[in-house]
Amino acid sequence: MMNVLSVNNIRKSFYDPIEFEVLKSISFDVKRGEFLTLVGKSGSGKSTLLYLLSTMDTDYKGELLVDGELLTGKSLDDLARIRNEKIGFIFQFHYLLAEFTCLKNVMIPALRLGKYSKEEIEFKAMQKLDALGLADQALKPASKLSGGQQQRVAIARALINDPLIIMGDEPTGNLDTKNTDIVFNILKDLTHTSGQTIIAVTHDMDFARASDRTIEMVDGKIRD
Amino acid sequence: MNINSDIAKTYTVSGRKQTMVAILGVLLGMAVYMFMNSMNEGFNRTSNESFFKSTPHLRVYSDDKISAPLQELSDAEMIIINPKIVPNTAKINDPQAIANVLMKQSEVKVVVPQVAMNVFYNNGKSQISGKTVGFEPAKGNEMFNIKSFMVQGDFDNLSSVSNGIVIGAGIAAKMNLETGDNLSITSSRGVNRVLKIVGIFQTNNSVEDKTKSYVSLSTAQQLMKESNAFVSDINVNFFEFNKAKDFAAKYSDMFGYKAEDWQAANESYMAASRMRAIVITFVSLTLLLVSGFGIYNILNMTVSQKINDIAILKAMGFRGNDVVRIFVTQAMTVGVIGVALGITLAIVLINIMKHVYVGGDIGYFPIRFEPMIFLRGTIIGLFITFMAGYIPARKAARVDPVSIFRK
Repeated sequence: MMNVLSVNNIRKSFYDPIEFEVLKSISFDVKRGEFLTLVGKSGSGKSTLLYLLSTMDTDYKGELLVDGELLTGKSLDDLARIRNEKIGFIFQFHYLLAEFTCLKNVMIPALRLGKYSKEEIEFKAMQKLDALGLADQALKPASKLSGGQQQRVAIARALINDPLIIMGDEPTGNLDTKNTDIVFNILKDLTHTSGQTIIAVTHDMDFARASDRTIEMVDGKIRD
Repeated sequence: MNINSDIAKTYTVSGRKQTMVAILGVLLGMAVYMFMNSMNEGFNRTSNESFFKSTPHLRVYSDDKISAPLQELSDAEMIIINPKIVPNTAKINDPQAIANVLMKQSEVKVVVPQVAMNVFYNNGKSQISGKTVGFEPAKGNEMFNIKSFMVQGDFDNLSSVSNGIVIGAGIAAKMNLETGDNLSITSSRGVNRVLKIVGIFQTNNSVEDKTKSYVSLSTAQQLMKESNAFVSDINVNFFEFNKAKDFAAKYSDMFGYKAEDWQAANESYMAASRMRAIVITFVSLTLLLVSGFGIYNILNMTVSQKINDIAILKAMGFRGNDVVRIFVTQAMTVGVIGVALGITLAIVLINIMKHVYVGGDIGYFPIRFEPMIFLRGTIIGLFITFMAGYIPARKAARVDPVSIFRK
């Protein structure tokens, strides 16, 4: 099975207020269709690692490869294009654009990509919302939905460009048990049915245990 | 529609009140800028028009000379002299040759050699001092457009009636004169002549009306006791009056006589009009700038409010340039609408003011639609809006999404 993401010898330090090495020579690979969770105490560097993988943080040493392509040293614009095409994000807070309808929120990344016509994107966005049980909420403003519903809209948005990898920073951190189960099952489904890879940071040990693989971070290193 | 403009539109529409306030700011700034500058332009135009009724664009004349020391040797003793104006006759040598050369210059529109002198208009024992100008009537009319402000008689008769004179309405009123009456005048050389009034003019400039008269060139030469080659000044009008000062130095060198453009001859008038232009430009630009600050402020606020949106857009693959475009589009929407409405308001204001009668020698308020000023205002307005949008937009583009998500 092909590696969809590889990390070679990544190090990162914070310099403010004092120099502190938050990631110490981290290496691992993620396979296609894998459901990977990153766990660890707060301050262990798991979120920092996730944002490095997300390509949004470029201040590190070492190498990051996504889909066989070396991303280290690429320009911010190139990275933005790669994120747009290959990576979907789900955050603890939904981060929907409040002024837009749910449908529009889901469509935005695809409109940015510009690969399909607006009609096709709209159709696809409706499909995703429908699959997440939100078809009837599509035309409501994003701000009018409940927390669980908003998180599912955010998931639909992360899926719209059929990304290779979906990254989550505590994707269920702000949800009750029922909604956590719903979201977990959706994610699990994705890895099995469409072969998408998921990398998620979580505090929720049940969530981690149910995933395919868990990487535990301790003081900037991976615990063996 | 492009997704960037789509987002910009949504922000613009959802922040309706703020957008309106910003538009209102640009609208007022723009309207006042255009209105005030059009007004200034109108003032300049009318004052120039009334100015050129009696002043040529450029005048070539023999300037008074001060007597020089008899010897100017550095090693010799200076001979003490008493510097005085050299008694010469303000005469221009061979004026016809100079006039011919001037006429051949491509920038020159009309050349009028003239004899100007101080005179007394006599009415029994009372005298009015004044000024009379003699020139070829047809050319004089071409330069000063005298026919347009004749109120009685016919200016053309100046060339057919050998001892004709055209006088200002003020003189006529004081001396109770009408066309056809005779008027005795005494020149500064002591020559007395009785002239026949062929017409009366009125310029609305009361000093002109109370002192000035026109006669034919030969009459003026007789009054000065001079030959028919005598000319005291050569007046020149250009196709573009603003260029007069560019040629003044050149003509001085060419002819050896003083060539003085109208701006140099009327320094205080020019200073006043420059000052007016500076004040109006300063005030109107400040207003435009303030409306720019309005946009800047509102956009800055939007950027702060939408910082989460910006972070998520960047996470989803929007580049820095896309973010800049979103906010600049928002600013430019406000700018374009504000400028368009500002132009409309300025046109309405100009049209109202145009019909306000202010009296005097101005008549109706001297204002009209000035395309160049509107064009300039539009360009400045859009530039200020662009900058007012671009600065916060760049700040937005530099937002580091990670720092937002990790809060």
